[in-house]
Amino acid sequence: MARSVKTSRKAVTTLVAGTLGLLMFFPVLWIVILSFKSEGDAIKAPLAVLFSTDWTTESYGAVQARSDYLKHFSNSVVISFGSTFLGLLVAIPAAWAMAFVPGKRTKDVLMWMLSTKMLPPVGVLVPIYLIFRDLGILDSRVGLVFVLMMINLPIIIWMLFTYFREIPGEILEAARMDGASLREEIIHVLTPMAIPGIASTVLLNIILAWNEAFWTLNLTSAKAAPLTAFIASYSSPEGLFYAKLSAASVMAIAPILILGWFSQKQLVRGLTFGAVK
Amino acid sequence: MGRIQLSQVSKVFGDVEVIPPLDLDIEDGEFMVFVGPSGCGKSTLLRLIAGLEDVTTGSIVIDGSDATTVPPAKRGLAMVFQSYALYPHMSVRKNIAFPMKMARMPQDEQVRRLEAAAQVLNLTEYLDRRPGQLSGGQRQRVAIGRAIVREPAAFLFDEPLSNLDAALRVGMRLEISELHKRLQTTMVYVTHDQVEAMTMADKIVVLHAGVIEQVGSPLELYRSPQNTFVAGFIGSPKMNFIEGPEAASHDAHTVGIRPEHIDVSSGSGTWTGTVGVSEHLGSDTFFHVTVDELSQLLTVRAGGEVDLHYGDTIHLTPNLDHLHRFDERGLRIS
Repeated sequence: MARSVKTSRKAVTTLVAGTLGLLMFFPVLWIVILSFKSEGDAIKAPLAVLFSTDWTTESYGAVQARSDYLKHFSNSVVISFGSTFLGLLVAIPAAWAMAFVPGKRTKDVLMWMLSTKMLPPVGVLVPIYLIFRDLGILDSRVGLVFVLMMINLPIIIWMLFTYFREIPGEILEAARMDGASLREEIIHVLTPMAIPGIASTVLLNIILAWNEAFWTLNLTSAKAAPLTAFIASYSSPEGLFYAKLSAASVMAIAPILILGWFSQKQLVRGLTFGAVK
Repeated sequence: MGRIQLSQVSKVFGDVEVIPPLDLDIEDGEFMVFVGPSGCGKSTLLRLIAGLEDVTTGSIVIDGSDATTVPPAKRGLAMVFQSYALYPHMSVRKNIAFPMKMARMPQDEQVRRLEAAAQVLNLTEYLDRRPGQLSGGQRQRVAIGRAIVREPAAFLFDEPLSNLDAALRVGMRLEISELHKRLQTTMVYVTHDQVEAMTMADKIVVLHAGVIEQVGSPLELYRSPQNTFVAGFIGSPKMNFIEGPEAASHDAHTVGIRPEHIDVSSGSGTWTGTVGVSEHLGSDTFFHVTVDELSQLLTVRAGGEVDLHYGDTIHLTPNLDHLHRFDERGLRIS
């Protein structure tokens, strides 16, 4: 039976929830507002900024003139999509093995993979930097695709492992009885059944890779620099230019925000998958 | 052809011996049922035959060739699972055609077999639906269709009816028996329901803790169970067991008498008892009677129209021709 809730209580809850939501969203909103102000307006007191009616797109023009947005954008696309798809190629067979033919140490292996995410990245920065330098892949897309694939691999495997475990083993056994080889079983039965899970894994990892700022800033300088480096370049020694920095930030987060917006249903389903049966 | 021979087959999971070494011969065209309580190893035995589990020791020979290490797909067997195990993302048509597609069968042959199977199983009008849009009985028929089109050496059924409601189960039981009569293909059927076993089988294997207790036709098992386990498992309601002086008077440790072999009378009889709970099935009535001479509860069968109520006194006479005698180890004394 549904619980009855008083209207006044409903109103208070809605108000509190709405305020919390707005508070969380406010920094993003603030950046968008600032990006449409002139530099002079942007450094005024917050209320003055909020109520000023002078809107301008000059910051966007200035940002585009100063740096090549499209180059950074295409680097971001290549790095985030590339690392995610490369990760999938490794993770699907790995998750299959752990979900359907678990051994005595499968749990330990999973924990070990997760434990690599507990290590602060800066702890391995120097060795990785030196390896990259010696291999000549500093400031290259290939290098970044590889390093982001490696750091997101534990998450991809964990997510896929969780989805695969939801697929009844009997269906795969049926495929085996029906004459499917291991490859055919994965292609014709497992993957189509896991598509929702794979899709949300892909989305989440593209977002994580898109927003990744530690390795992308430390291992690139110009050629392979993605949008994170593009934003960072606006907090420069010349001083802070709020309006331009905001414009750069909006340009950097807009694509991923739009992607996330259109796929939010898939994402939420993916992130809560298996929580309630 | 579909003869399956198991010799000294055993299965160990970790430290647990689920199936101690056993021998079994399944003849070509036979309807063999493995029956036993939950956890007795009957499904494991079926999975060993299917190749979904590897045997720990022993060998499995199918149609004269050793299949012990042959992968499931190459054994020429088809299996119907308890959960149906249909591919949810494929239509009924694609589900049934899947094994033929995997075997790279010519397209026209695929269509011919698909249509024949759909016809036999009344699935023609559902071919373009997804499994999710079908009822339980229809899903089970799709699973059977997927098995038929392979024209296997033998069908393996793993409790295929346990997810269906009672009425549907009786219908499907008949359909599967009918299918067996028509195809004359070996069928190995696992169930925990002794009624299914009795009604469908040519031969029943009663399993208990991985050990074969008895193999025989349904009536053999009913008439001469080799031990108290088989005696208690086969027949519904189960056999009454009596120990103590009454059993000793028949030179046995335990005697067994089925509910249908005790005559009920309100006038006179060997034993006197008080009627407890009664179960009216229409055609029959089963009374649970506390017998004064034995100080124990017996189940007896009477006609459907018998007018006896809770607390009434009743007289019982066992039919001694149908008395089963067992020694202290529970083995039959012939």
